[in-house]
Amino acid sequence: MPAGLNINFYAVMPEILVTALALIVLVLDLFIRKNKAALGWVSVIGLICILPFAAYTNEPYPVFGGTIIADSFSAFFNVIFIIAAIFTILISMDYLRKIGVDRGEYYHIILFATVGMMVMGAANDLINVYVGLELMALSFYILVAYRVKSSRSVEGALKYFVLGALSSGILLYGMSFAYGAAGSTNFMEIAGELGKGDNTYLTLGIILMAVGFGFKIAAVPFHMWSPDVYEGAPTPVTALLSVGSKAAAFAAFLRVFTAAFPAFQADWSSMLWIISAATMIFGAVVAISQRNIVRMLAYSSIAHAGIIMIGLIVFNDTGLAGVAYYLLVYAFMNMGAFTIVALFRNKGRFENIDEYKGLSTTRPLLAFLMALFLLSLAGIPPTGGFAAKFFILSAAIDAKYYWLASIGVVSTAISLFFYAKVIFYMYMKEPDPGAEIAPASGVIYNIVLFCTAVGTVFLGVYPAPFIDMAVKAVRPLLM
Amino acid sequence: MALTLTHYLVLSFILFLVGIAGVLLRRNIIIVLMSLELIFNSVNISLAAFSYFLQNLNGTIFVVFSITIAAAEAAIGLAILVAVYRRRQTAYVDELDEMRG
Repeated sequence: MPAGLNINFYAVMPEILVTALALIVLVLDLFIRKNKAALGWVSVIGLICILPFAAYTNEPYPVFGGTIIADSFSAFFNVIFIIAAIFTILISMDYLRKIGVDRGEYYHIILFATVGMMVMGAANDLINVYVGLELMALSFYILVAYRVKSSRSVEGALKYFVLGALSSGILLYGMSFAYGAAGSTNFMEIAGELGKGDNTYLTLGIILMAVGFGFKIAAVPFHMWSPDVYEGAPTPVTALLSVGSKAAAFAAFLRVFTAAFPAFQADWSSMLWIISAATMIFGAVVAISQRNIVRMLAYSSIAHAGIIMIGLIVFNDTGLAGVAYYLLVYAFMNMGAFTIVALFRNKGRFENIDEYKGLSTTRPLLAFLMALFLLSLAGIPPTGGFAAKFFILSAAIDAKYYWLASIGVVSTAISLFFYAKVIFYMYMKEPDPGAEIAPASGVIYNIVLFCTAVGTVFLGVYPAPFIDMAVKAVRPLLM
Repeated sequence: MALTLTHYLVLSFILFLVGIAGVLLRRNIIIVLMSLELIFNSVNISLAAFSYFLQNLNGTIFVVFSITIAAAEAAIGLAILVAVYRRRQTAYVDELDEMRG
């Protein structure tokens, strides 16, 4: 432990403020009896006020005895988490009323999940990574089970709980070996101890930790939970799970593997190479046969995780910046697609892709936005999805990972097929006569859809300033 | 015979394997939850042993955090189990197969 604890509350101000907001929401829940959506508005306004703090808190020195580091990397990811949480809460207010569980603690738990993600992004110590990860995961177990009346929701929650707890147990076992090998839980001290003497424990620790993080980002072969959980969970929670939880797991994955184990880069990158290639191909191929739109998006998010992993394997500034940029774009495009799914999905309706038949005639604007988000997910220019994929794949080619880049391109080409299938149903088919007409979007949905669509297009048309931000964000990792 | 670090690590490894096998092979959810606790406790043994033999307190602090979190995890797991039992009248994993594909 370094001399001087260097206690600096300014560095953890975003985390403190979101925690305070969560507690305020919990207390207000006692006084607001009828209109629980008001708590949602309190959370959204609070998060919008916290956003500038999260974006500008930048103290690139480890504080609190070297356990927390609030650098540009954690600031970048904090912005992703807070944006994802704002969108999720906005679409939840209407959704909760629709499914009949309009309760106040929902917003409280979402805010605590956000705190957990922020702690993971800012952690510089194995203990903090674990505590942040569990704070996030425990909140998500509750959120997935939130439709207690639905047997799919509780089934998904149980599967998520058992596999999530198993994966955090494996991660923790890996952390114990890393600690045993280095004699410290601090990333910098672990990196300093590397290569001195016997590395058996450390190798074991790295493998087990990669398995643990692989579960959280839903990489093949640790992806089994994700389609069931995505299908069972309330749709806004699915959106946050696929955007926020994945981004947080990637933030911690990047931080641990670049800050603590840089000396073993050659070893772990060859291990991750296989996982990444399998994830890209498997996710894209299995998504083709899915009829349920949420399961299709779940497998598509598995394929995306594989492509994002390329950036970590490449392990240079463009590759790591590609990870950060991809996750930012992914937050907008995936959130947008899930917003439309959350709007339509109700009481067993609009579960399957063929129910989107003829949407362009009944709801032309929503069909257009859905097509935009799906094309972005597929990586078609001029959307953000294209810029992100281009950035990460060109980083792979620059670093001479030709095979990995080729597999990424193949996976993208396969995935175009199932995204285009939805667009085909929406635009080329007539709606079934007598079928229920898709619900119209309210004001809140329109705001969310507008913001996500603007973000998706803008990040593709004019990516330069955001790519600069991403490059700056990952600079502390490579020092 | 003096107990060395290896003894503790072997004990922890055996408990870890028993826990993993329990989670993957047993059908009753209660047993699965107990196996999960076994995994966390095997890790605690490993952390505490490293902490003792390295003469470093970080591992002991880690154990305290991990025990606390495992308690919270068990509470949530049992709550979800109760919700599942109310919906499905079963506590067996292989009967929870409404979603697949």
